[in-house]
Amino acid sequence: MHQFIDRRANPKGKSHGNRQRFLRRARDNIKERVDRSVRDKSIQDGEGVAAEGEKVTIPSKGLQEPRFFHGPGGNRKHVLPGNKEFVVGDTIPKPDGGSGQGGGKASEEGEGSDDFSFTLTRDEYLEILFDGLELPDLVEKSTVETETIGSRRAGLTTAGTPNNLNLVRTMRNSLGRRIALRRPSAQAEADLEAEIEVLTGLPSPTKAQVALLEDLQTRLEALQRKRKVVGYIDPIDLRFDTHVPEKIKKSRAVVFCLMDVSGSMQEREKDLGKRFFLLLHLFLSRCYEHTELVFIRHTHVAEEVDEETFFYARETGGTIVSTALDKMREVIAERFPAQEWNIYGAQVSDGENFGNDSVRCRKLLLDDLLPVCQYYAYMEIVEEGADAVLNNPEAGDDLWQNYRTVKAQTPHFEMQRVSHAAHIYPIFREFFLPRIKGGQNA
Amino acid sequence: MLDVKPGSNLLFDGPEWSFELLEKARDAIEDIALNDLGLNVYQNQIEIISAEQMLDAYSCTGLPLMYQHWSFGKHFARDEALYRTGRQGLAYEIVINSNPCISYNMEENTMAMQTLVMAHAAFGHNHFFKNNYLFLQWTDADGIHDYLAFAKNYIAACEERYGLDAVEEILDSAHALQTQGVFRYGRPPKPTAQELEAMQRVRDGHESARSLLDIWTDATLGKTKEGEHPDEPQSARRKSLNLPQENILYFLEKHSPILKPWQRELLRIVRMLAQYFYPQKQTKVMNEGCATFVHYYIINELFSQGRLSEGAFMEMMHSHTNVVLQPEYDDPRYSGINPYALGFAMMMDIKRICETPTQEDREWFPDLAGHADWRAVLRDAWANYRDESFIQQFLSPHLMRKFKLFTLVDDADQKDLVVSQIHNRAGYKEIRRSLAQQYDLAYLEPDIQVTDADLSGDRRLILSHTVRDGIQLEEKNKEEVLRHLRTLWGYDVCLNAVETVVER
Repeated sequence: MHQFIDRRANPKGKSHGNRQRFLRRARDNIKERVDRSVRDKSIQDGEGVAAEGEKVTIPSKGLQEPRFFHGPGGNRKHVLPGNKEFVVGDTIPKPDGGSGQGGGKASEEGEGSDDFSFTLTRDEYLEILFDGLELPDLVEKSTVETETIGSRRAGLTTAGTPNNLNLVRTMRNSLGRRIALRRPSAQAEADLEAEIEVLTGLPSPTKAQVALLEDLQTRLEALQRKRKVVGYIDPIDLRFDTHVPEKIKKSRAVVFCLMDVSGSMQEREKDLGKRFFLLLHLFLSRCYEHTELVFIRHTHVAEEVDEETFFYARETGGTIVSTALDKMREVIAERFPAQEWNIYGAQVSDGENFGNDSVRCRKLLLDDLLPVCQYYAYMEIVEEGADAVLNNPEAGDDLWQNYRTVKAQTPHFEMQRVSHAAHIYPIFREFFLPRIKGGQNA
Repeated sequence: MLDVKPGSNLLFDGPEWSFELLEKARDAIEDIALNDLGLNVYQNQIEIISAEQMLDAYSCTGLPLMYQHWSFGKHFARDEALYRTGRQGLAYEIVINSNPCISYNMEENTMAMQTLVMAHAAFGHNHFFKNNYLFLQWTDADGIHDYLAFAKNYIAACEERYGLDAVEEILDSAHALQTQGVFRYGRPPKPTAQELEAMQRVRDGHESARSLLDIWTDATLGKTKEGEHPDEPQSARRKSLNLPQENILYFLEKHSPILKPWQRELLRIVRMLAQYFYPQKQTKVMNEGCATFVHYYIINELFSQGRLSEGAFMEMMHSHTNVVLQPEYDDPRYSGINPYALGFAMMMDIKRICETPTQEDREWFPDLAGHADWRAVLRDAWANYRDESFIQQFLSPHLMRKFKLFTLVDDADQKDLVVSQIHNRAGYKEIRRSLAQQYDLAYLEPDIQVTDADLSGDRRLILSHTVRDGIQLEEKNKEEVLRHLRTLWGYDVCLNAVETVVER
């Protein structure tokens, strides 16, 4: 007998374990490529990592499976199909690569290509990208969790509403009880009735038959009585599913993207800023169930805008950084109460600020924003090739200097300078490397 | 037996398949396969799977159960990438040499394709697995599932106990020697009485006791290899080690000075599977030829019975034609001789020689020409040959002309390639011999044997590679494999190339 089996409903991903082993083995190579892909990633594709995953190409070194096989050379014979004009003794120049006529025999097992391409899923990509990174200050300042009420199954009860009736358990009890109490089956009743009918239908029953008929009728009565007394389903059988309400903890985060969009911020600066925000968002969306983004741009006034406007609209005006911080404080007060949201701030600027506004920024940060923020990162974009500034934290304008005092006072404030796209990712890593436990309190 | 009313004689109409239609088609195919062709098949278990599951199956060499290793993950990633980007389609089916014979059919197939695939795999391949002498002698179709389950669980347990890295290291090394992990000619030495008794002891307490692939090793037997005498002469030593030994994995499993019992078991698993697949490597042309011939015959028969619509028949023929396409050597699609094409053509040719032989056929195949029962001739060929001997025996001049075969000599010392034979009277025999050799695994795969190991001395393992026709091993891979070999042996290993002169 031949049979068919429908396996389509079986779980796929039978080789998941193999894949994990493969990723584990190629981890270093993959990591390097992922880091690089982030550095070179085009900012146009918005979300950064497409939902269907990320294609990576890694060198196949370390992934080869060596075998003994014949190399080129030697004296070989090949039989080929499709002779057209050759006669015995004809010569043909050897194709390049010596053994090209070998039907691929020679290069089949070898390192035909040096690179190996495959696709990482989004989760795998992020996992590798943010490998070893942690949320800052998790120890000192616990993340905020909100509670919602959900329901959880809590076993069975004997009372409930019909819609929660657990049929399987109820019928199991019913069956057990019916067997235990020897409830006669409908079949037994029908059999008796049939027998009685035969007997009553007899034209001239014998004595024995009459006696049998009576006996049968008493038995039938007893049986029917018993069937009545021992119900098919008794209230005692009933079982109901129960659910109990449960508090479900949910964590959510909001990321404030603050950027200077005054005339001095050109395409390059915005581009760097975008990469930074992108990484931050990707990272946080991995740590929290729900993340929101707020975009605040500022010149000498600040406003909350959508992403498109934030990155691509042109704006002119002076530069007053504190307006953005004011705006952020406002939005927090309006929409994101600190006891419900984990608040992250990320600010990008070229370091210019108006007059003595920087002092005000420092005050705003220290007094209003940093106490409610989980983390605040400031990234200053400097000219390409301005290595002197880049490497010297002492140097810098007013804003930089004021922020340095902030940094000295608060551990969950970070600041860095970048001049090139390739700097962003390392700096980002630096921001979020796991801290040694037991730093100062905020 | 199906009694279909005249007028609605068709097995199915339209592209959609359903399990009822599959069963109907299967019964019709089975009728022809068993009662007309006289095939003898294992019970079939036909499983319908999705594309993802097919990819999964690919990476595990098609087996329903397989131990886990990164290289399977790598193959999966590569196949998946090729499939997703549309550069590679998936097979319509995969069939496994087991009893019951499991074949996987893709759910995307149309009903016509499912019918074709069933005839091909569930009856063609199935018959070949059940009847070919190589499979009968070297594989255990009844026990393979038990063995795979054992291997998977055993390796998982090892990973748990000794760590992923330790297991991976041994498996990597064993995989590198996989092609050297088969017995080509002789069986392993028979177990001694003491070993048999120990096997029986363990077997009594084990479920999968029926397995021919005995899973009992020295590890389960305890010490059996005591008593190496330090002063014995080299010849005696080689005898006690069963040298020379072509199965390097077997040798390492039995005699490596450093491996722990579980590591030996891993080697054993790898070589058992290599041995299981070895007959398939030796019978590509015949196996595919047999399956293709069977499906071709069956669908034609079904069509002439009026049980296939013309549309379905055209779809099947289209697919069949693609499968047996043999591009010529100068065609960009050419990548060697297509085993489907060659196998199918040869089997059709055998049928032709039996039915309508020419004078030439009578000269070349006196026993075959005009044979009354081509089915019996084919069944005999399927049962008793492998690719090399099959070609050597049955490739006809007619077919060589049809394929326009010619031989090229590629001598490293010569500047040019030389056409040495073409499809003419002078060349037939030589071309046939060369083509047969092209399918002789013993010739294709390097001949490497363990020749000596002084276990009580410096413990250096000596291998020799018998070089034929001046063809050396690929250098880079050779070094890599030797590195793996050292890992498993624990001491120095050297590989000597021994030149031989074979008259050609």
